[in-house]
Amino acid sequence: MNAKRPSLAVNVAGIELRNPVMPASGTFGYGEEYSAFVDLKKLGAIVTKGLSLNPKAGNPMPRIAETTSGMLNAIGLQNVGVDTFVEKKCPYYRVLDTPVFANFFGNTLEEYGEVARRLADVPEVTALELNISCPNVKQGGIVFGTDPKAAAEVVSLVRKHNDKPLIVKLSPNVTDITVIARAVEEAGADAISCINTLTGMAIDIRTRKPKIANRTGGLSGPAIRPVAVRMVHQVVQAVKIPVIGIGGIMTASDALEFLIVGARAVQVGTANFIDPAAMLAIIDGIEAFLVEEGLEDINQVIGSLSL
Amino acid sequence: MKNYQTIILSNLEISPGYWRMRILAPGFAAAAAPGQFVMLRPELALPTMLRRPFGIFRTGCLPPECAGLPPREYMEILYKIVGQGTRIMSDLHAGDRVELLGPLGRGFTINDTSCAKILVGGGIGLVPLFLLAEALIDKGHQVRLLMGGRTRDDVLAVTEFERLGVETYVSTDDGSLGEEGLVTKVLERKLSKYPCAEVYACGPMPMLAAVERICSERNVPLQVSLESHMACGVGACLGCVVKGAGHSDQRPNYLCTCKEGPVFAAGQLDWGRAVNTEGGCPEGGCR
Ligand SMILES: Cc1cc2nc3c(=O)[nH]c(=O)nc-3n(C[C@H](O)[C@H](O)[C@H](O)COP(=O)(O)OP(=O)(O)OC[C@H]3O[C@@H](n4cnc5c(N)ncnc54)[C@H](O)[C@@H]3O)c2cc1C
Ligand SMILES: Cc1cc2nc3c(=O)[nH]c(=O)nc-3n(C[C@H](O)[C@H](O)[C@H](O)COP(=O)(O)O)c2cc1C
Ligand code: FES
Repeated sequence: MNAKRPSLAVNVAGIELRNPVMPASGTFGYGEEYSAFVDLKKLGAIVTKGLSLNPKAGNPMPRIAETTSGMLNAIGLQNVGVDTFVEKKCPYYRVLDTPVFANFFGNTLEEYGEVARRLADVPEVTALELNISCPNVKQGGIVFGTDPKAAAEVVSLVRKHNDKPLIVKLSPNVTDITVIARAVEEAGADAISCINTLTGMAIDIRTRKPKIANRTGGLSGPAIRPVAVRMVHQVVQAVKIPVIGIGGIMTASDALEFLIVGARAVQVGTANFIDPAAMLAIIDGIEAFLVEEGLEDINQVIGSLSL
Repeated sequence: MKNYQTIILSNLEISPGYWRMRILAPGFAAAAAPGQFVMLRPELALPTMLRRPFGIFRTGCLPPECAGLPPREYMEILYKIVGQGTRIMSDLHAGDRVELLGPLGRGFTINDTSCAKILVGGGIGLVPLFLLAEALIDKGHQVRLLMGGRTRDDVLAVTEFERLGVETYVSTDDGSLGEEGLVTKVLERKLSKYPCAEVYACGPMPMLAAVERICSERNVPLQVSLESHMACGVGACLGCVVKGAGHSDQRPNYLCTCKEGPVFAAGQLDWGRAVNTEGGCPEGGCR
């Protein structure tokens, strides 16, 4: 007697995902890097490394340092550039039948617009994930994602150049994330993903130097999870569009916390480094949870927070 | 490469601060090439989280525990305690569970020339040279190992190389074992002896830089195995880069240590600044 398996399928911004679990940008390369460990056809989606208009070399080394239950990184968004991505990396996605979210960024408003335009007619790209945690080099380096007006401007411009579903990825390095969330929703975002890394710093006490060359870096991993769950909870309350939860997810129960506060899907980042098959274990664990709870559909869990 | 969830067979201190861990790893030996590495993590590793990279020292096989079972294939690492992660590793025992990802990266390229094969190891940098020596000897080459350490405690496993049939030359900074002085002094002397030589080196960055200078002055082909801080080990995080030849701020050329290395031909790298880890980016850069 085979009980019916519960449904893990979710819909984010009009895209049907077979389950709510996908990698976080920058922790899974372009997908291919992990194909020896993870059957990419089992993931809800693939999220690419952040893409820019021109190839980007990234920051000096050291670029990473482990901290308690987390890590700092200042990779500097090294990537092959959008054109090489389309030409060299996209063909690989054709056989996969897994939605591809192209994460991208710019250093100026115009760059954001141009990358969006170049991704507009790429059939392998299902949706865009717009990283707004970048300084605007033309405006004294103010980070787009920390100013509601700048954030809205980027979103409207990208919207103009590209019709694909648009997910906007928010920075947690703000006083009130709901202000930015509402601004990007109004400007036309179809979904929000959060959080990106928290700015942090660590020091080598012998050399008196910062542990990473860039001085500051982005903190990720389990250390940030409670902050991330809180922010996802706040954003879910503040907007109507779907939210993808990110931050320190290592296990199925971590992922379920985000789903319960109302995230429609989750992204797994640092955990991939620790266990390359982490996402598969998380997917299996979510299914096991539904069976245990006697639930048929993951959507019965999403937003089930009891206050 | 494979992700093993496996157990430790033994974990012993072989010299003050240096440990040797033997890990059950069926099928590993056949997949491993000299110079490759693994990413290792104790299953219960709190408070450390990320895997640590270690060179593959040896592979081998133990008889089965009971008749009828398959023999127990293992791989070995040698590690030096330098921080929290390696300290936790040294507290582990036979039967403890570890997660092992590997073999990873690009190892040494073996050129079948008749030139003298000279291996240069500094301290724990000796690790990737054992499988290399084995492979070279298998192919009928004569192998010389120049092994340097700060003191006698930093000179490891030399007798194992000797048992393979490697000619070994030991030097220590304080003269407590072998010749007194730097291993590079021995290298200069050896190179003047052989009209044609190839050098394979692994050790601390200042040693590698000196070896590179000596080899490039004499036009001797050199391969080096590098270390770098790693998170993923498979080319996904881009945390492990080193500066490649011709690197400049205007035309950056970063090479991925875990995927394009850890072994590089010396000509691939930027030696002028390979040891420089100074930051050059504005506060709060893009991430
Ligand atoms: C390809 C490769 C092969 C290596 N082979 C060996 C080996 O055979 N034997 C051995 O003893 N050591 C080897 N190392 C170095 C070893 O990985 C580090 O000594 C170890 O990671 C230190 O961990 P820790 O927690 O004790 O130190 P901590 O200083 O507490 O580590 C903090 C962080 O820095 C990283 N880190 C620190 N030092 C190094 C280093 N030198 N290289 C890379 N990452 C570092 C750690 O991974 C960790 O993320 C190798 C490194 C690389 C890249
Ligand atoms: C090494 C590394 C590289 C990253 N690169 C990107 C990137 O290119 N674009 C982006 O939007 N986020 C990037 N991130 C942030 C992650 O996508 C994610 O938001 C963050 O790590 C929090 O999730 P985690 O705790 O599960 O890792 C990166 C994170 C890490 C650790
Ligand atoms: S360690 Fe992640 S790319 Fe090399």
